[in-house]
Amino acid sequence: MNALPEAETLLAPLVAELRARVTPASAMIGLYTGGAWLAERLHAMLGIELPLGLMDIAFYRDDYAKQGLKHDPKRTRIPFEVEGRDLLLVDDVLYTGRTVRAAMNELFDYGRPRSITLVVLIDRGGRQLPICAQHCGARLELPERKRLRLKRDADGALRLELEDAA
Amino acid sequence: MPRNPQLNANGKLQHLLSIEGLPRDVLLQILDTAESFVGVTEREVKKVPLLRGKSVFNLFFESSTRTRTTFEIAAKRLSADVINLNIATSSQSKGESLLDTVANLSAMQADLFIVRHASSGAPFLIARHVKPHEHVINAGDGRHAHPTQGLLDLFTIRHYKREFGALTVAVVGDVLHSRVARSLIHGLTTLGVPEVRVIGPQTLLPAGVEALGVRVFHDLREGLRDADVVVMLRLQNERMNGALLPSAQEYFMKYGLTAEKLAHAKADVIVMHPGPMNRGVEIDSSVADGPRSVILPQVTFGIAVRMAVMSIVAGN
Repeated sequence: MNALPEAETLLAPLVAELRARVTPASAMIGLYTGGAWLAERLHAMLGIELPLGLMDIAFYRDDYAKQGLKHDPKRTRIPFEVEGRDLLLVDDVLYTGRTVRAAMNELFDYGRPRSITLVVLIDRGGRQLPICAQHCGARLELPERKRLRLKRDADGALRLELEDAA
Repeated sequence: MPRNPQLNANGKLQHLLSIEGLPRDVLLQILDTAESFVGVTEREVKKVPLLRGKSVFNLFFESSTRTRTTFEIAAKRLSADVINLNIATSSQSKGESLLDTVANLSAMQADLFIVRHASSGAPFLIARHVKPHEHVINAGDGRHAHPTQGLLDLFTIRHYKREFGALTVAVVGDVLHSRVARSLIHGLTTLGVPEVRVIGPQTLLPAGVEALGVRVFHDLREGLRDADVVVMLRLQNERMNGALLPSAQEYFMKYGLTAEKLAHAKADVIVMHPGPMNRGVEIDSSVADGPRSVILPQVTFGIAVRMAVMSIVAGN
């Protein structure tokens, strides 16, 4: 198994790539929990003026009928007008694409954005829906039984962790 | 030991029948989830797709416009189909039994039953007989319980006071006939509120109420001293006709909440009431409409709390 990349070293190249895309009208939304941590960092590094939006897609998941409601859904807060906006949607790991599908559905209940650009730290393949990231820190191939998550240390440093899927 | 009738084999909430017997983490799960639903109810599109394709039957064997309406709004905001049955005026009056009524609705593919009944225990009876995929939520049974009202009261308290751990909560009035009071007191003690007081005349407090972990007061001013939260209960008119109380005027003199009496509580006290209010009987208009009143926010929070309860039970 290849060593996991260092999350922190992936940030600067990702920011460099995004800089060309960000305009004063751009806004960013991070998906709880890992995507929110990543978005906090990117938002600050890019100096985006509009406040960061944070989203929990628990009420839009497609596995509710099987899994029930997630235990502790966070409150989605989008402190800007979504209508007509160019949005950067940020998540830590892109896998099946189902989270992003749910996030887009939720977003459209806030308004009709002009565009949504997907930004992820890791694309681990395994897509089940026609979704792709426009910006991605690194690509990895991982076996299905593994779960890749972003963690945040007490000092705020981000790091990737591989777990056995439940 | 018999299993808690509200929880499934995995310890998850299958029905909401009473706050009594609900573990602390389930109460907190409901309050936390409701917090997220408050965000949904403040949006332009106040709807999420969780209960798409599910049918929610409002079974009100006893009428209550407000409670039925808030359940209906909550179900619709979860994208469920809602069917309202006012059974007080329908087949029950033709002699159909409670369980026959439910069996018929089950044959119409119900997923959730919201039950209000004048008899204590009716929702428990229904919960024992429904199919595994069907869920029952108690919307008030007799004098027994009104768990979603208790939960929205808890939600309101947490919203304004943040923590339960250092609060003094005073529940004032007709505790004897109040399912709201009973549900709330169980919730407050489960969540660690150190001082819960009940205030009222001897005739309107249940015998042995101290066993619920509350302090009893018969003097309103004394009981309100340094309270953080005051919950006023509705005085039902019919109590006046019985031997329990002399007159509405006399009740108001002793137990009606006025600005002068409220001044004995903390300066940042919040005043709650489950509605409908009797102005000039248990509460003065200057308090009900005053700066310490959170009675209307309670109603708004009630929708988010009912969305939380429905989406949790329907997913388990």
